[in-house]
Amino acid sequence: MVASPQPTEDAPQVAHPSGAAIIAAIKAAGVGEIVALPDIVTSDGLLWPISRDPDFRLTRICKEDEGVSICGAMSYNGTRAVLMMQQTGLMDSLNAIRAIGVDYELPVVMMVGLQGKEPHILPDQSASYGVRIIRPVLDAMRLSHSLIEEPGDEDHVPQAIEEAYAASKPHIFLIGRAPEAS
Amino acid sequence: MYRDAALKALIPYVREDDIVVAVYQSCFDWLALNPRDLNYVAVGAMGQASSHGLGLALANPDRRVIVLDGDGSLLMNLGTLVTIANAGAQNLYHFLSANRVYEVNGSQPLPGADRVDFAAMAWAAGYAGVQRFTELEQFSVALPQVLSSAGPQFVSMELTAGAPYPRDYAYIHSAQARTSFREALNRR
Repeated sequence: MVASPQPTEDAPQVAHPSGAAIIAAIKAAGVGEIVALPDIVTSDGLLWPISRDPDFRLTRICKEDEGVSICGAMSYNGTRAVLMMQQTGLMDSLNAIRAIGVDYELPVVMMVGLQGKEPHILPDQSASYGVRIIRPVLDAMRLSHSLIEEPGDEDHVPQAIEEAYAASKPHIFLIGRAPEAS
Repeated sequence: MYRDAALKALIPYVREDDIVVAVYQSCFDWLALNPRDLNYVAVGAMGQASSHGLGLALANPDRRVIVLDGDGSLLMNLGTLVTIANAGAQNLYHFLSANRVYEVNGSQPLPGADRVDFAAMAWAAGYAGVQRFTELEQFSVALPQVLSSAGPQFVSMELTAGAPYPRDYAYIHSAQARTSFREALNRR
């Protein structure tokens, strides 16, 4: 967890993405393996539904860098996986992503909940330092990433996964608003 | 027992289609003693060998995956014991070279080197089988049963370094090593 800015009463109400649509998009990309640590942003809308979905095998891990290795190793025979975590775990796993995703050129696809981000503003504008630095850090490492914030953002998920596996490189989906379960 | 002697004892029981994941000095020794395309050597650092092994085991349920881990490596990734046990990978065999030092980093001692009980950790984590060997003969006799039992199995090899096999870091991090493995894995 990171220090979270307190939401103000006058913060604009915004629409949230659909967890069901994200899950459908993951399936459409041929992913059957989910490797995960829980994250409060994605817990209700993604991880709980995934844990009950027979189309997925869920491997619960103790630390995020394990997941980078598990997903990278799975890819050698074409098995597709998505690694779920929070941005704190992403920061803790940067060396594993550097080694396994970048140096070894393996397609590690991650979905990262941005805990502490204000729903109505972009990550780079967050009052939370731990959120604000995420995209600049990923850019500095030249890691491919995209944002899932609004309804409709789910649509790019299958293509981004396809491209990650085709190019054998990591991709990171940053989830900036808690997905609705439906 | 010496590590190279222990690894030599293991060689006859490794099938052609087994995947062997090896880290650091165990890897360098293994590559010299038993070079083969299904040796998986690109494990990065920070104790990740067993996590790669789990990914391979889950994605390749028709193959046995043998992990040759290091004790310093395992200490950097202790949660892997719980993750592996919970995943219930029946085709995973986790061998630990417990020499109690960070061998490739100047042979500095592990924290708690004279006290840590790795086998007890694996048992507590929930591995299907756990054994600990200090003598080569007992280790050699036990190998067939260990490798015919359902995993995850954990074997702590309490050993000292044997012959100094060359440390070819360039190879283990090379695209060639990864390509050879991928081609061999997908050949059938």
